[in-house]
Amino acid sequence: MTAPHRSYQPVEASPLNLDEVARMRESALQAVAAATDLAQLRDVRLAHTGDRSPLALANRAIGALPPQARAEAGRRVGEARARVAAAVTERQERLEEERDARVLLEEAADVTLPYDRAPQGARHPLTTLQEHIADVFVAMGWEVAEGPEAEAEWYNFDALNIGPDHPARSESDTFFVHSVDSGVVLRTHTSPAQARTLLTRRPPVYVVCPGRTFRTDELDATHTPVFSQVEGLAVDEGLSMAHLRGTLDRFAASMFGADIATRFRPSYFPFTEPSAELDLRCFVCHGASVGNPDAPCRTCSSEGWVEWGGCGMVNPRVLVACGVDPDRYTGFAFGMGIERTLMFRHSVADMRDLVEGDVRFVRPFAAQS
Amino acid sequence: MRVPLSWLREHADLPLDVDGRAVAARLVAAGLEVERVEAVGAELSGPLVMGRVVDFTEETHSNGKTVRWCTVDTGDGDPRGIVCGAHNFDVDDRVVVALPGAVLAGGFPITARRTYGHVSAGMICSARELGVGDDHAGILVLRPDEAALGADAGELLGARDAVLDIAVTPDRGYCLSVRGVAREAATAYAVAYTDPLAGVDPGAALPGRPARIESPERCDRFTARSVSGLDPGARSPQWLQRRVQLAGMRPISLPVDVTNYVMLLTGQPMHAFDATKLRGGIVVRRAVAGERLVTLDGADRVLDPDDVVVADSSGAVALAGVMGGAATEIGPDTTDLVLEAAHWDPSSIARSVRRHKLPSEASRRFERGVDPEAAGAALRLAADLLVRYGGAAVEQGVTVTGASAPPPVVELPPELPGQLGGRRYEPATVQARLRDVGCSPEPAGELLRVTVPSWRPDLRQPADLVEEVLRLEGYDTIPVTLPVAPAGRGLTTAQRRHRRVGQTLAGAGYVETPCYPFISAAVLDDLAVPADDPRRRLVAVANPPSDAEPYLRTTLLPGLLAAARRNVGRGSADLALFETGLVFRARPGAALPAPRLPVDRRPSDPELAALDAALPEQPRHLAVVLAGDLEPVGWWGDARPVTWADAIAALRCAAGSVGAPLEVRTATQPPWHPGRCAAVLLDGHVVGQAGELHPRVVGALDLPPRTCAAELDLDRVLAAGIDIVAAPRISTFPVATQDVALIVDAAVPAAAVEEALRAGAGPLLESVRLFDVYAGTQVGAGRRSLAYALRFRAPDRTLTVEETTAARAAAVAEAWRRTGAVARGG
Repeated sequence: MTAPHRSYQPVEASPLNLDEVARMRESALQAVAAATDLAQLRDVRLAHTGDRSPLALANRAIGALPPQARAEAGRRVGEARARVAAAVTERQERLEEERDARVLLEEAADVTLPYDRAPQGARHPLTTLQEHIADVFVAMGWEVAEGPEAEAEWYNFDALNIGPDHPARSESDTFFVHSVDSGVVLRTHTSPAQARTLLTRRPPVYVVCPGRTFRTDELDATHTPVFSQVEGLAVDEGLSMAHLRGTLDRFAASMFGADIATRFRPSYFPFTEPSAELDLRCFVCHGASVGNPDAPCRTCSSEGWVEWGGCGMVNPRVLVACGVDPDRYTGFAFGMGIERTLMFRHSVADMRDLVEGDVRFVRPFAAQS
Repeated sequence: MRVPLSWLREHADLPLDVDGRAVAARLVAAGLEVERVEAVGAELSGPLVMGRVVDFTEETHSNGKTVRWCTVDTGDGDPRGIVCGAHNFDVDDRVVVALPGAVLAGGFPITARRTYGHVSAGMICSARELGVGDDHAGILVLRPDEAALGADAGELLGARDAVLDIAVTPDRGYCLSVRGVAREAATAYAVAYTDPLAGVDPGAALPGRPARIESPERCDRFTARSVSGLDPGARSPQWLQRRVQLAGMRPISLPVDVTNYVMLLTGQPMHAFDATKLRGGIVVRRAVAGERLVTLDGADRVLDPDDVVVADSSGAVALAGVMGGAATEIGPDTTDLVLEAAHWDPSSIARSVRRHKLPSEASRRFERGVDPEAAGAALRLAADLLVRYGGAAVEQGVTVTGASAPPPVVELPPELPGQLGGRRYEPATVQARLRDVGCSPEPAGELLRVTVPSWRPDLRQPADLVEEVLRLEGYDTIPVTLPVAPAGRGLTTAQRRHRRVGQTLAGAGYVETPCYPFISAAVLDDLAVPADDPRRRLVAVANPPSDAEPYLRTTLLPGLLAAARRNVGRGSADLALFETGLVFRARPGAALPAPRLPVDRRPSDPELAALDAALPEQPRHLAVVLAGDLEPVGWWGDARPVTWADAIAALRCAAGSVGAPLEVRTATQPPWHPGRCAAVLLDGHVVGQAGELHPRVVGALDLPPRTCAAELDLDRVLAAGIDIVAAPRISTFPVATQDVALIVDAAVPAAAVEEALRAGAGPLLESVRLFDVYAGTQVGAGRRSLAYALRFRAPDRTLTVEETTAARAAAVAEAWRRTGAVARGG
């Protein structure tokens, strides 16, 4: 920009012809319009708005005019200069836009390029399902108990009314730690954690115990010697089998959907009396295979129901061994296999997939919330 | 227990129109686990009748085959001609004739057809053709007393039937008999029940063969009955064989079939001795140490003093309640028998079965409890059958030793069924249901005095009786009520942190692979674990799934490394695996065996503590294994192979996610590379190791080169995490950055230099970051240059150049003092 000046510059001003000013303006405007890129425009700007541009010189010449002509000449020159400056600005913006558009276009990338750079991690479905189950119960006010996996026989069997000669205590069912008479086993269920809870806390007690358990099954498509269970225990005043049904129906609905049908079937467990099996309506045939040899169901052996787990009212003998007054308190307990639940929920076809740790099996479960 | 429906109907007056499946459904609802309903003979149809061979002629045909052209009377007054290829019958024998229109087993249709020059008006059938046995060597010949001519043979033979296969739970031993299942079926249908033992006279108490019980704690009842003059050639009637066969046992001979039949019917196992092979009186006693017995299966067994035997003057002749001895076995020539039925202690039988690995039909029943009052009547039933079908004579004397205990009485608060069932049960209903199972309830004041039947040793406390009421009234009538638990405390801190560790590692690209906890000692050798390492404090499993891996893991690495190898073998070469789980280490000074605490009271705290002291230490560990590339090669550039640094980062990332910052120090610990192993510390204590595995370990375990791993005592990290994060104060004044390059001896750990810089820089230091490591000629051999960016900021003012320069100088001075570091170019 030129600074205002009040004195003559050492440049000889040419006589100021108003027609000439108009011509300068038109010439400048044409040059601006003709500039096709920012470099040309810069040259045009210097040539037509710079200190030595014709209009700048004309402006300087105004001072040499007779005073009565200065106002008119000043107005004309000022207008011309303003129009040229505006045209330059406008052209500048336009050319910059064009340049930006061109550059962004040149920078465009193929955003469909695969970017599998960071490996996909995932937690195992046995873990996430156990947490999901824990959350279901925690939401009902229950707490989560844990315990050792190598457990004293007293906790695993005796305290649970499983007598010394019970067949479950044989080597054909139970893993013994150290030796068969060490009194230490790999827990065959997570019930010992419940007994531990009862021994250390006063009722009311509402706990679930998810965890790893062990039985001497051979690994095959439907069995594994190392598996997981979730067991629940509630001990309070006035608990009944109605409460057990209510709890398990809620549990089943949270696992398999609100419309899952359940069935209580009398059964036997040493640690519960009365005892029941909880059956679920078969997921595959929904009962349609019952008495229908033309459409047999392999999932439920055409029974219409599949067994989910055992349950019942805590045997008073268990309460006594754990120091709970059986005349004041009653309790209920239940136990479900996590693998079995996973197989039902996610149609796991082969138990071995759950134990072999193949990353191709685990990774998709990253999406399981 | 396999129960033919036809047999069940004999004792439970079931409606005629119900089939096996319907009965099974009712029994399931009452608590019997009916695993299968097997329809037998379903394909048999049309006329199958009993016939008598009037006469026959044998004709030899051009194909060399001799057939019989028979005249058979089927009771319709019009004897018919039938061609038969078998030769195992005589004139007057009773046979089964399939008339034209009948369909036999396997869907084989019978027509009147021309064969061997005759029109054969039907077929004489073999047991296999009728589906009632395996015998196809000849036709089925029946005893003349078995059926009238023309009678429906299909029904008589039990050819068409439904068999209920019931898995009997340990509390329902009485259901290992038709007697018990029929009682349940009759109750389920509310129809009449006929107890097969009701009204059976056990016989006069004249003294029989002498017997003595020397171990009354193992046997409270021993009965025996002598039978003589048995026709050794007598066969079991077809119906009896059929029932035994449908129940899953093999028909063998009349005496064996009869004892099995009576056991299936009544639940009372019995044994038949050849009377001529018994020497002197019978003694029930414990075995003598070293005593031997060859059992019926031919095995020569050394008995344990805990075994109970039936003995004669020559020694043990039977392993009581389990299996008889070979020396006194009945054979094809046996005419004189001693039948024995007793009541044995269930636990004693269970131990003998486990000891000798010898489960039997008898032991299965004794283990679950046999009716102690059934023996005498059951013996009588068996003897009567031997008289009827074997022409035998029953000797007068009956041996009965042992006294019957008074029937147990349980006092039931009448409101208890309602309390446990969560609904109301009328007092009359409670009593009726108890009577259904054989109890005798008597109101006594506020309680119900319930006398329990002899066949229900499982009913001993009020809750047991409640289950009977509830199950018979139907579990489906129990209401559904959600209990209201008191407000809970949610997950524990450790549980929340444990979850967070898993989530963090999964977010960092690690895949969780829980592994079996069984290892070998050899794998510790492969991992080069030293002899005195805690990881050698192995805990053995007495009966491991595989003898090759008989120990519990003391470290998570063997399992994870095996999982890595399996994945690599299956084509997944780039791996980041993790597991959190318990490891097991023998507790020094653990007192084994663990004490056996009482169950009739709460054990004391010292008693419980003694129990825990017997258990192995079981800390929860975290381990990671890395192999291949952490990032693959791609259009973005080269692959990034896993390094020791990633293994360390995994632990820091996991511990950091719960607010437990780990300090890293140089370490040398197998199985890691001696120059690429870090120990991680928490509050000055080593809690884990990380790095690249030793090349020899990699080779020994057949792992990909440069496999990296880390393991951490997760319990300690979870316990050390931050409860409540203190919010930082954020200064809004400008940051002042100063870089410094320090030349140090290459052996000086970067962590030491950084620690010194932090200590020297003082409170104005906001952060320090190592951004370059350089080793080369410019810094001299054995030295390296570490370039740090120091950021300074004050909470209350803009720092002057003089202040930051002074802080930087102080940092450098401290680094020099502690590590000999010299600032490069200054």
